[in-house]
Amino acid sequence: MKFKTMNRRLFLRNSAIAGVGLAAPMHFIRGAYAQDMSCNVPTGDTVTFGWSVPLTGAYADEGADELKAFQLAVKHLNGEGDGGLIATMKPTALKGNGILGKKVAQVHGDSQTKTDAARDNAKRMIERDGAIMISGGSSSAEAVAVQSLCQDMGVIHMSGLTHSNDTTGKDKKRYGFRHFFNAYQSGVALGPVIGEAYGKDRRAYHLTADYTWGWTQEESIKAATEALGWETVAAVRTPLGSADFSQYITPVLNSGADVLILNHYGKDMVNSLTQAVQFGLRDKQVNGKNFEIVVPLFSELMAQGAGDAVKGIFGTSNWDWKLDDEATKTITKSFGAEYGTPPSQAAHTCYVQALLYADACERAGTFYAPEVIKALEGFEFDGMGNGATLYRAEDHQCMKPCLVVRGKQEPKDKFDLMEIVQVVSRDVTTYDPSIFGGELGPYDAKQC
Amino acid sequence: MDAILLQILNGLDKGGAYALIALGLTLVFGTLGVVNFAHGALFMLGAFCAVTFNKLLNLESVVIDPEQTTAWGSPLEVRTPYVEAWLGDFGAVLNDYSVPASIVLAIPVMLLVGIAMERGLIRYFYKRPHADQILVTFGLAIVIQEIIKHFFGANPIPQPAPDAFAGTAYVGEIFGLGQTLAYPWWRIVYLLFSLAVIGAVFAFLQFTTYGMVVRAGMHDRQTVGFLGIDIQRRFTVVFGLAAVVAGLAGVMYTPILPPDYHMGMEFLVLSFVVVVVGGMGSLGGAVAAGFLLGILQSFASMNEVKAIIPGIDQIIIYLVAVVILLTLPRGLLGRRGVMED
Repeated sequence: MKFKTMNRRLFLRNSAIAGVGLAAPMHFIRGAYAQDMSCNVPTGDTVTFGWSVPLTGAYADEGADELKAFQLAVKHLNGEGDGGLIATMKPTALKGNGILGKKVAQVHGDSQTKTDAARDNAKRMIERDGAIMISGGSSSAEAVAVQSLCQDMGVIHMSGLTHSNDTTGKDKKRYGFRHFFNAYQSGVALGPVIGEAYGKDRRAYHLTADYTWGWTQEESIKAATEALGWETVAAVRTPLGSADFSQYITPVLNSGADVLILNHYGKDMVNSLTQAVQFGLRDKQVNGKNFEIVVPLFSELMAQGAGDAVKGIFGTSNWDWKLDDEATKTITKSFGAEYGTPPSQAAHTCYVQALLYADACERAGTFYAPEVIKALEGFEFDGMGNGATLYRAEDHQCMKPCLVVRGKQEPKDKFDLMEIVQVVSRDVTTYDPSIFGGELGPYDAKQC
Repeated sequence: MDAILLQILNGLDKGGAYALIALGLTLVFGTLGVVNFAHGALFMLGAFCAVTFNKLLNLESVVIDPEQTTAWGSPLEVRTPYVEAWLGDFGAVLNDYSVPASIVLAIPVMLLVGIAMERGLIRYFYKRPHADQILVTFGLAIVIQEIIKHFFGANPIPQPAPDAFAGTAYVGEIFGLGQTLAYPWWRIVYLLFSLAVIGAVFAFLQFTTYGMVVRAGMHDRQTVGFLGIDIQRRFTVVFGLAAVVAGLAGVMYTPILPPDYHMGMEFLVLSFVVVVVGGMGSLGGAVAAGFLLGILQSFASMNEVKAIIPGIDQIIIYLVAVVILLTLPRGLLGRRGVMED
């Protein structure tokens, strides 16, 4: 028997054949192997989403609306109802038959507008209920805390209403994504409008909610107004969830300020604005000018709570149900038919986040978190009510237009309380992601 | 000058609430010797009398109007409160004045709650140590809170002041100080209301035979008993009266602070400090300390003061309490022998 002598060419050929032979099966099972390494990959015929929303506390109204939006989104993802924004989203891989052939199930918990309760919710939903994605929250403190937990546990967090620069700035996380705009973008959008309306020679007094969102909101709007030439008289911090602001408002009256900037949201803003009006601030003349109040972050829900006090007051919004595009009309009709009210900006952002996550899974072809993250990073989409939007890969912040709004003087009904003054384009609100620092962290999958 | 007047007004306004709650606490302590930690819950229950009354007035009929649609294309629901449908303009006025009108509901409800509380639970703890009384009344407060939370939810429920009092009072103009001194109308109404209630309680105790017997019983219940007077029954009524005072304070405070199930606890702690500063068992001391601490808290919140001592507004009441108790161990107007056994 004669054996062929192994020469260099034969050795290379045989090695290549052996390599391909060994690698081929790995190609077909790579997803399965990766999914085994990821937290809460569904094995049955459902996939579970977890909603951590504030149903009590200062942001409870927003939380209740967020939960409605999530429930509607799940209906639409599972092919029930009118399908909502699945029909208008472009591009989309969603078919209205669940996600990757699995029906969407959901669990929720009350975060109480408290960071520790939000984290407990998220942990329970991941560990006990097997949630593969967590969303919700109306406070940036909650968002920052929960996305940090999600990063550690390898579960994607699609934050709800969070407006602090820190969420996608110094505290950004690879597993955290934000559709909502931020305080910096509010400042950039609002500054020129209030400069035009109130002039360049103003003295501003800030009342600021004392936590991450309030701090960055104050910083951003101060930067914007001081760039206009306004002077900042004082910036006073107020505890989140204060009901009686009289002790903070009375010092404003004799401070020499002619503008009060309320860096408050939710019930805090409703209370502080109402009480500021009751103390006669809007009837005052200071430095020969009418005293003005500005609320940098504004919503319809807050306007409903504050009643007449909001008339003529400037602020910014992420989205408004009165926008004139097809997607906005679609979601407003869908939400209105289901709940009898138009969706708030909090509800809209949560609905969109749920669909974006589902779409990313479909496009990635897997629930494996690192692949879903890659599908979301740099994703450019439209047809969700905000115009052309980019999920920026560098900081996971959506780049899109935002709105400058004003309390309507003559509302037609209790939902028609704000008018859109200006749609500020994405070019204006886009900024360099490096200005807020932070590190996204690794893609590493984790088993929870 | 305006700033100082404004802070005084603010302090009087807050002090009014402290004084009303502390007055009820002192009445109960002075008559029955009970340290009632459920008193804050009575303040909260009063506030929820206003909420309930408002809800009753706003029960409404819903009619679908096929002619009109909402902005999202659904048929429009036209809602009309029954009270307005039945009583016309008077119904609308009643709705507008629902907070002060709810006093009519609050007085009998709070009187009954107070008497039921005393007869049903607290009387079994008269001879027990104060620590036991504190524990049982604190437990009762939590039970009441949870009941309210169950029926009304955990979120604050705003109650509007009547339109006529929802705006701004230009106090400066009234006193010839110019237009710059302005204050919310409803807070002025609340201050006047609290002064009226305090005055009524003192008048009741001072000028009626019933009140005189109660005062005598506060000093020496045994001797009053020897005279053939059922002092215990009168003290039960006084407990009910204290509940009414706390309840009325809660009712009228609702337009200032939207009520939630927890509001009583927030006031309770401060009110106990007020009682201690005023002197345990001293009605006059409770009222004086209520207004004094309210005004001091208000001045401490001025930016000029906070610039010197940051955070002073949060601790001023406790700081003053420490100073007063170090210099006057029985409080401002405390009686000898009270809680000194």
